[in-house]
Formats: sequence, C-alpha cells, structure tokens
Amino acid sequence: MKKVLSFVLNGHEVSAEIESHKMLLQVLREEFQLTGTKEGCGQGECGACTVLVDGIPVDSCIYPSFEVDGKSVTTIEGLLGEGNVLHPIQAAFVAHGGVQCGFCTPGMIMSSKALLDETPMPTVQEVRNALAGNLCRCTGYVQIVDSVLSAAEKIQAEIKQ
Amino acid sequence: MSALRFIGTEAPRPDAPDKVAGKAVYIHDLVRPGMLYGKIKFSSFAHARIKSIDTSRAERLPGVRAVITGYNTPEIRIGFIKDNFALKKGKVRQYRDEVAAVAATDPDIAEEAIELIKIEYEELPGVFDPEDALKEGAPLIHETDPRGKHRTDNIVPVPWKFVSGDVEKAKSESAHIAEGYFTTPLIQQSCMGTAGCIAEFDLQNNLLIHTKTQIPFLAQNDFNRALAAMGLKGKNTRVVVPTLGGSFGTGLDTHGYEYISILLAYKTGRPVKIVLNREEEFASLSPRQPTRTWISQGCDREGRLTFRDVRMILDNGAYTSWGATTPSVMMLPISSIYRVPNVFYETKIVYTNNTYCQAMRGYGNPQAAWALECNMDQLAEAAGMDPLDLRLKNKNIPNDITPMGLNITTCGHEQCLNAVAERLEWRKLRGKGAAKARGVGMASLFHVGGSGRVYRSDGTGIIMKLDDFGNVSVIAGGIEMGQGFTSALALASAEALGVTPEKVTVVTGDTATCPWDVGTHASRGAFTACNAAILAAEKAREKIFKLASEHFMPRVHFSLKLRKKKDPSFEMPDLNWERICDPSEFDLKENVLFLKEEPKNPLLRVTLEEILREAHFKEQGTMIVTEAFYDPCNQMLDAATCRGNLSATYIFGAQGAEVEVDVETGEIKILNFVAAHDVGRVLNQQTIKGQIYGGIAQGVGYALSEEYRTSKGRNLNPNFLDYKILSAPDMNFPIHIECIETLDREGPFGAKGVGEPGLVPTAPAIANAVYDAVGVRITDLPITPEKILAALKRNK
Repeated sequence: MKKVLSFVLNGHEVSAEIESHKMLLQVLREEFQLTGTKEGCGQGECGACTVLVDGIPVDSCIYPSFEVDGKSVTTIEGLLGEGNVLHPIQAAFVAHGGVQCGFCTPGMIMSSKALLDETPMPTVQEVRNALAGNLCRCTGYVQIVDSVLSAAEKIQAEIKQ
Repeated sequence: MSALRFIGTEAPRPDAPDKVAGKAVYIHDLVRPGMLYGKIKFSSFAHARIKSIDTSRAERLPGVRAVITGYNTPEIRIGFIKDNFALKKGKVRQYRDEVAAVAATDPDIAEEAIELIKIEYEELPGVFDPEDALKEGAPLIHETDPRGKHRTDNIVPVPWKFVSGDVEKAKSESAHIAEGYFTTPLIQQSCMGTAGCIAEFDLQNNLLIHTKTQIPFLAQNDFNRALAAMGLKGKNTRVVVPTLGGSFGTGLDTHGYEYISILLAYKTGRPVKIVLNREEEFASLSPRQPTRTWISQGCDREGRLTFRDVRMILDNGAYTSWGATTPSVMMLPISSIYRVPNVFYETKIVYTNNTYCQAMRGYGNPQAAWALECNMDQLAEAAGMDPLDLRLKNKNIPNDITPMGLNITTCGHEQCLNAVAERLEWRKLRGKGAAKARGVGMASLFHVGGSGRVYRSDGTGIIMKLDDFGNVSVIAGGIEMGQGFTSALALASAEALGVTPEKVTVVTGDTATCPWDVGTHASRGAFTACNAAILAAEKAREKIFKLASEHFMPRVHFSLKLRKKKDPSFEMPDLNWERICDPSEFDLKENVLFLKEEPKNPLLRVTLEEILREAHFKEQGTMIVTEAFYDPCNQMLDAATCRGNLSATYIFGAQGAEVEVDVETGEIKILNFVAAHDVGRVLNQQTIKGQIYGGIAQGVGYALSEEYRTSKGRNLNPNFLDYKILSAPDMNFPIHIECIETLDREGPFGAKGVGEPGLVPTAPAIANAVYDAVGVRITDLPITPEKILAALKRNK
C-alpha cells in the first residue's frame, strides 16, 4: 500500500509517495538519495541511522516513515552550511579525531546535535549518556567525547560574540 | 635527519570532512546502473546431506532474474587450503553454508525468493567441541582432502610447532613452576559497516568488483582463479575498494558472498549487489578463533625464566581461512616475550561443525597474550615475587636475537613497564586493595612492528605523480579502513618530498590504477607505505633538482623582472642569470625550491609548481612520476623449524588497570587504565592515539563482555543487544596513553606499526587486576559477573 507523505526535510518542504511498510531510513536513502544516514544494524541497536525528527533523535531504521508526515526531519546532510561549511559539531569531530572508519559518525553527530540543542554545556557524563545508543567500534569514544565537548565550547563562544 | 615539519603533529585526517558530512561512499551507498540485488540461502543444519533442492517457485517469482545452486554453476573452490566452495553440493558442514542464491530487481523480492527455495536435508551427527572432534570415531567434517584423498581425522593439515632448548630438563631444574589452562571465546569483529560487494562484467567478460577487502591484489588473484573455473580463463578482475566501515581482519580472505555475486552477475549480465544485514554478518562472517591453552612456565630462585611450555587447540570450524596461519604470530610472544631459553609450543587446529574462523585484529596475539600474561602473574605468586618485578627481571632488551630468530633492534619494553607502574602507582596500590576489593594488574605485549612476512612477498608499491600546480598524488597499494593509513601516508609523503600536506592526495583501493601491495594487515600499512613513499620521494626530488638546475635561475630572473616592472625602485641584484646550477645545490621545503647555501635569501626562491610547469610546457618536456616498491628486510618462517626474523622490527608495550570488584554483584569497575607503547616514532599524534584508544576498547570488550555464543553450531546472539560491544557510558574511565619513541632504524622516520597492538594485553591486565583485588583468577574469557561470583563462592 502506498501513502503520500509531506514533511520538512533539512529545511525544505518535500512530499513523496511511499510504500507504507518502509522505514524512515529507507525513505531517506532510497527516495531522497540522502545516503549520509547509515544502516548499521536495522534493529535500532547501533544508532548509525540517527536523525532528528522535530529535534528529537530517533533510530530511523525502526521509525515508520508514515509517522514523519507533517513533521520536520534533519539528517547529517542538513547540518552542512552553504559552501560546504561544516557545522561546529562536524568541524570538532574533524579537529579532534572523532572519526575513524566514519560509519557511525553521522549518527553520532546527530545525537550530539540533539544533546547540545538541549544542554549547551554538557558534562562528560552527560555526553557519554547522550551517546549511549550510538555504537562505535574504532575509537573507544575518547576522541568523540572530546569532540562534542569542544563543539559545545565553540558554539557557546560564537553565541557570546 | 633535519627537524620534522609535519611528522608528529596532531594533523586532522584528510578523509574526515567527507565522513562527518555523510558524503563518504561505502558499499551500502553505491548503486550501479541496472543493478540487481543478490541474496543467499544458508543451510538449516550444522551437518547434513543435501537430498534435493527445489528452486522452481523462486524462479517463477516476478522480479527474480537468476537462481543458482552448486548444481547449476561451476565449482569454485575457496579458502586457504581450498577446502571450501562458493556454493555447497553434497553436504553442508555449518549453519552458514551457502546452498543457493538469487538475484532480483528489488531486495524485498530477493528475500521472498529465498524463502521459496525448498531444500531437503538428511541430518548428520555433528561435532561442536574441538576436543570431541579429535576423539576416535568422531564424525568426519571432511571425508576427503581438497585433492580427493580420503581423510581419517578432523585435524586441519596446517600444523605449528616450535621447540627451543630442553623444556623437560628445565622443568626439573626450575625453582618455581606455574601451570594454567586458559580459554578464549569466538569474537565477532563487529564492523559498524557490514560486508558487501557489487560484481559486474564488461562486454569482454572482465570482472569489475567493488568490495570490502583489505587485500585487493590477492583478491584479484582469487577472483581471476574463479573466472578460470567459470570457463573465463585469461579474463581479468578489477577490484575497487569503497570507503570501509571498519574491517579488523574481516577483509583478509575472500568470501562466499563475493563469489556468489560474481556467479549471479555473470549469469544475469547485470551488476549484482550483495550487502549482508547485521544478522547475516553475525551468522555468516568468520569470527576470531576460540582457543584452549595449556601453559606452564618456570623460573629459578632469582626469578629468571627457565622455560615456557604452551599447547593449544584451535577450533577451526568447518573450513579453513588464512586464520589457520595465526599461530605464526601467536608464536612471537610465546617464544620471545620476556627472555626465556627453553620453549615448547604446539598448536592443533581442528575441524568442527561450528562457523569457520578467520583472523581478527591481533592475528592470534590476543589469545596468546591472555594465557601468557595471566600465567606470568601465577608464576610471580609461586615465586613470591611482585609481578612487576618478575616482568622487569625478564624484560626484553634492545639488540637481542630470540630463540625463534627474531632480531630485536629497538626495544622500549622496560620503559613501557615502568611508565605503567608509575602512572598506576603500582608500588603503592599493588596487593593493598583487598579490604576495598580494589586491585591493579598489568600485562605486556610483543608484536610485529615492521610488517610480517606471512606471504612470500611483504612488499608494497607507491606511485608519486606531480601535477602542474605542485599537487602530489600518492597512489598506494594499501587500504584505508578507518585506521588512519591515508593520514600517515600524506604526512610522510609531504615530509619526505618537501611539500605541505594539503598538496598531497592519497589514492587507494583500485587494482587497475594502484601499484601492487600484499595487503593491509599485520599493522603494516603505514610502516610499509611510508617507507615506500620515502623512496619514491627521493627519486622525485632527484628529478625535481635536475629540472631546477636548468630552470631555477631563469625563473628567478623572470620573477624579479616582473617585480622591477611593478616597482621601478626595486634594484635588480647582480647575479649570473645564465648560470646552470648543480642539482646537488638545491633543497625543497614546503613547496619552495631554494639553494642550500642561501636558504634565507628571499630573492632566490622558486615554487615547485613553477618548475613543474616549465617542465611540462616546453618542447621535449618531461613529467615527474616516480615509483617505489618497498619490501622490508624480514623473513618468512622456516617451514620445518618455525624460525626466522618474521618482522623488520618489533613493537613492545604494557598496559595496566586499576579495578574495583563489587563482591555482591560480581561487577568489575575499571577505575584507571594506562597504556604505554613503544611506537618507534609518532607519525600523527591524533591518529596514533585513536588506534590505541580503539584497541583498548576492543580489549576491554574482549575482557569483560564479548562472546559469540553458539549452541550446536548455531549462533545465539546475532545482534548488538546480545553481543555486547562497549558503549560510550561503558568506557567511562580515564585512559592514559604514553607513546615511547625508540626511533627504529627500519621504520619510516623511525615509526613502527601500531594498528593491532592496542588490544593485545588489555584482557590479561584486567584479569590480573581482578586477582589482585579479590583473589579470584578467571581463566575463561569474558570475565563476567557470574564467573566472579561463582569463583568468590568457591574461595570462601
């Protein structure tokens, strides 16, 4: 069965006719070719597919697509500014070695975005807890946590200016 | 060596911006025109005869383009000793055996088609314990060997034995002896990006395969053999490697799914993509082998090691991968960590109906270190010594040749042990925590640091190509899989050539354009490629300086004339503008050529790109492309004696943990973790720490939580809820890393390989700390709260 969905995707109003059993992840990757959102497990266990729906981080691999109707979805592609300017969180992951193989990175950054939107200056513990649902096999998380903390400081410094 | 400009800095990785933006292209993201989706039908039994396969309903399903089995495709033999087949005929020997496969226009149709394939089996008795498989009358996994000769047992014909000195005599003369029995479980690599490939044929029947591999050139060889088996002898394979979502050893062999997509692509004439989902990845990729180890070590009254006796049984599973050669690396620490004169080591690798195994990060070393380093603490206790003192007494030293013939050159073992002891406050905390159930433990590591000659060649190629703008393409045979290969190679190339790192683009992962390389394994990527880059850069500099000898002074003259034109007050210096310089007079740094005698003269400077353009845009011009093939000065092990200098240099390290054990729940809390590694030289501060942090996280998972559980050959935990790799909150303890620079003469700028070692000593360090805390020794990984509680109960 197909259903027409209308929602805001990375700031643009979009609509698409979707088979209703599809999950949001498939819609993003297949209908909109937004392949920055990754499928690590397909079961909501690893967090590689994290996107923001109305600002809340969700595992898009188990998020029924029809639920986004009328909502706003932000993916990793939506963080990039005009002229390929990295979002401060993305820039911090580059500067502090928060990336190795990179497969968990988009989801990791989206969870970090949700955290910093809610808690602009988190503690180490808050960062670790916010990333509890995002698994990484390469980094041991140390440089990821450093990246998020540094991004928080940068964003706050920019706001103060 | 003059002062280094880029080596040792904290440079961000060149591949990071695309990755953080979601723009890196993994196999999952790649689509080819007209592409079909492949899906594999796996066995429903661990050991059974295939009585019949009915594919008729699957074939009739709309959207299905091909259904293949072992009975309607050519036989393709795969694996280290060719005891495996792309598709199985006759019988299945493990649950993950590939019995049939389909290609369809849509992944959902492919999945539906797989369900429609009906296979009748006659179940056979299986054997799931390697010691049972060795018993007389055990079911035979393979009735014949790959040559068709009748087999009478389940022993894999890849024996490993090393003997040095007289262990029995040494046993009788030792003052103290400690015996132990240690086991390790199956471990899944758990790459965040699952495995997959897309195979397609061109109109000449040459194969193009995008695939997740660490060995593009050996894979090309494997696939060309498959093409020959398919009646396409003489046809070629081009292997292209997309961005890899981790690999950790999974890419060291070619796999059934790759051959199946090749067969499907050939049959349909269309590109066929197979990407494993997480459950398939757990069930059908090869994990790290489980081991059973019987060990004893002895020492004299002063604590000097007298002997080491290690016997192992490895569960191979049903088929044989390159994982069967991991004992060659286990043998390094077993023969050579701490100085020990008498050594006996023997490994039996045994077929069972379990999933077949392959290498994972560490290549056998984590299994060996687990037994060795726990048993060192047992021996210290038997001898009444502090485990740190026993280790220091027997430490490895520089310029020493071990009984196995390993030529140790630089060696920071002692510094590593002392660094860990100091940072952990060993002397203060060790043996004192009983009341609080806190303790400290440590373990050492010894690994290849200068690649390892597992194959006859240990070589790698680099091509360095310079363009009109002074950009440098460094075209490499090695692979980036997340470890930081491109970052290290870009820094080393820039440093060696005399350009800035942003001028360097590292190109990898294409057998049609990249020079040959034996594979990115054995922590060899940066070590070999950077050495090759240094050689290629030397050749490029020679050519650049030759060009400069002609063009330098005229270019200087030209630019000064321009300056004079713009600024009439500028006074032209009085120089011989027709002068032909000698190439040896030049130096090149940060993209600028200058005369060595006058490095500070601001007038006598010409950019590299100006010189390169001069070379291109003239009659009888030239270009600068250089190449180098680097093969380290190491040796393959002698087949009979297992002796030889396997690596060009060796890496040492020590890790230590302070833990607290909750005696009510059995839970272990890590309070502090220290890792000191002799890395030769730090190439990139950021990526080297990333490698060690990441290794430690895998090591802590190995120690405390990871176990690929099976029941009669079937995996019970094919997901991240039940197979527990560590999360960010789990890793919430301070980790201090100390990189000790011993500047190895064989290493690029002195660097040793660092990829694997981070996880090698982690588990025994934690186990030793647990023993110090609560007096229980867990000998079978992982160290779970249940095991701690049971052991505490037994101790009461």
